Amino acid sequence: MYQYDSIDQRLVDERVAQFRDQTNRFLAGTLSEDDFRSLRLRNGLYIQKHAPMLRISVPYGLLLSQQVRVLARIAREYDKGYGHFSTRQNIQYNWPKLETVPDILALLATVQMHGIQTSGNCVRNVTSDALAGIAADELEDPRPWCEYIRQWATLHPEFSYLPRKFKIAVTGSPQDRAASRVHDVGLHLVRNEQGEVGFEVLVGGGLGRAPMIGHVIREFLPKQDLLAYLEAILRVYNLEGRRDNIHKARIKILVKAITPEKFRALVEEEFAAARDTAPVFDAADFERIKEFFVPPAYKSLHDIDVQGGQTTEFRHWYRQNTRKHKVAGYRAVFLSLKSPKRPPGDITDTELDSVADLADQYSFGMVRSTHDQNLLFADVRQDELVALWKSLKEIDLATPNIGTLTDMICCPGGDFCALANARSIPLAEAINERFDDLDYLYDLGEIQLKMSGCMNGCGHHSVGHIGILGVDKNGEEWYQITLGGSTGGNDASLGQVIGPSVAHNDVAETIERIIDVFVEHRQEEERFLDTFRRIGVAPFKAKVYAPSHQAA
Amino acid sequence: MRRLIKQREVVLDEWRYADEDPVGRERALILPFARWKAEREQWWLWDGRLGVRIGPTDPVAELKNDFTRVGLIAIEFGGMAEGRGYSQAALLRSRYKFTGELRAVGKIQRDQLFYLARCGFDTFELPEGSDLDVALTAFDDFSVAYQGAIDAAGVHVQRRAV
Repeated sequence: MYQYDSIDQRLVDERVAQFRDQTNRFLAGTLSEDDFRSLRLRNGLYIQKHAPMLRISVPYGLLLSQQVRVLARIAREYDKGYGHFSTRQNIQYNWPKLETVPDILALLATVQMHGIQTSGNCVRNVTSDALAGIAADELEDPRPWCEYIRQWATLHPEFSYLPRKFKIAVTGSPQDRAASRVHDVGLHLVRNEQGEVGFEVLVGGGLGRAPMIGHVIREFLPKQDLLAYLEAILRVYNLEGRRDNIHKARIKILVKAITPEKFRALVEEEFAAARDTAPVFDAADFERIKEFFVPPAYKSLHDIDVQGGQTTEFRHWYRQNTRKHKVAGYRAVFLSLKSPKRPPGDITDTELDSVADLADQYSFGMVRSTHDQNLLFADVRQDELVALWKSLKEIDLATPNIGTLTDMICCPGGDFCALANARSIPLAEAINERFDDLDYLYDLGEIQLKMSGCMNGCGHHSVGHIGILGVDKNGEEWYQITLGGSTGGNDASLGQVIGPSVAHNDVAETIERIIDVFVEHRQEEERFLDTFRRIGVAPFKAKVYAPSHQAA
Repeated sequence: MRRLIKQREVVLDEWRYADEDPVGRERALILPFARWKAEREQWWLWDGRLGVRIGPTDPVAELKNDFTRVGLIAIEFGGMAEGRGYSQAALLRSRYKFTGELRAVGKIQRDQLFYLARCGFDTFELPEGSDLDVALTAFDDFSVAYQGAIDAAGVHVQRRAV
């Protein structure tokens, strides 16, 4: 994992001092609320319903145990004892006091962390595949590139006041586990016909209002041109993107308006024109970064039969919550943050401390946050899985539901967020109650349920196999249901609305009806998504809006 | 007289905008971009110094042949969210090699000066009433940077250290 040198550290320390000064000026009344707003957002500080919300950057989802302990301490000392992991691998706190935020940031700086550019109209945290570096299907580890981009994007002088936020995801596997096709820029490490590794570049994907799948604008970009090409994209966007309407300011709107072909032409033209002045690939610096991502000191082990002689409960957990590792004798282990009574993605201070201890004991002191709002121990010895499982069970992080219907993605919703039209956490609880039979969940197979409390789509509803979107109807909470969305691999798609929105109390029932239709039409072990694509929306519509339901 | 920050010092403005009366003794006048385009030939022979003020949608490439006559370019910022000026400045300095005075004018505030300066601006006309002495400290907010930047001469500064 990347470790700061004196330059990285100085920048973060100076950022803390700068923000402390800005906060003091605001509290003293010499900085207006409006002017302060844009500055605090750049440090991840929102003003929410009940209190400020502070979003901390977890670059491409990597954490060391000592960082996790500091996150626990912040939850304990500055919040109400918990934090929430977001779909962009960051962690956010819902109850910090405004005047304590400079102290929180100073504490974070002691463990090489910060809130820089976790909000605001700038380049946000670069996200990646949670299985980076350990997936067998990976062409190359994307993380050194994520770090290289992170540094370039941090306080970039030209691109810190963009028309709107800008999100980049990088993956190194053909299977897209980072939702890169719904990012402003998606970068895929690919091999060309000459056998060289470079990037496929996608632009203009996004969720929220007007969700869109990104377009390929460069099939193969040599690695050394990465920053120069990103600068060309951002310069075109910065100059041409709309600034008159916040809802039309994302790059996806520009790409759509002028067509992907025209956008590609503008970028290529800018890229060529800037050839002499664009950032030059700094091979030595890249090598310096890359050395931080060498594999940990794996023991020479063999794969073993982990499940033999174990309980059904353990085997369920093993099957659902662990994944193949490219090194023999190891497994990757998901820590589910989706247990029935837990708001999806939430974790308490004591749980965070335990996670840090377990990471030290079982996974080289490293923890990853995932795009699906879970945690991951990437490098666990197979002969220690049973012991780890027992420890995880004690702290409620072993719910064996990864990839199932109850492994829901969910935004904080109307309980916390000032933007939300409707609550999402109580719905997660209601759905959990209705689908509490694990065997049934396993039979249903892979289903991604994603829920957002408003159009902004932080819960990625438009790419859920089942998507739920909170809408406001005359002050009441209603929910629009979509089916058939997907972020996976080359078959990313947007969900289709099934019909009129349903009332809060009918959502769990509606989901059950949708699942019933799936079970009725499913062929063999078909995934929900495939059944939907085969039979279309009509059978679902018929059942969901059948009279008995409307009466209910 | 108007005060502004020029190359990290608070100075009196020698320049007047075309809609300001009278043209000062300094005979240094800043014309709106549209007027410069329309009256370019007649102003070329005028004996004072000339500047051009551009808005966020004005294409800076159209000025690239005017630098022998135009010694100042003022770029307008309509508000903090207005970010096109950063790219306009970067283009003027790095692509078109403008070495004259590059001025940021409009709703800019102290906390943007670090970014603006690194895009090549060397003069900052803050809104009336701004505390310029406080603003001067903004250039030292950071002693390091990850990107190369463009100084007033169009020279690229090394990465990772200012």
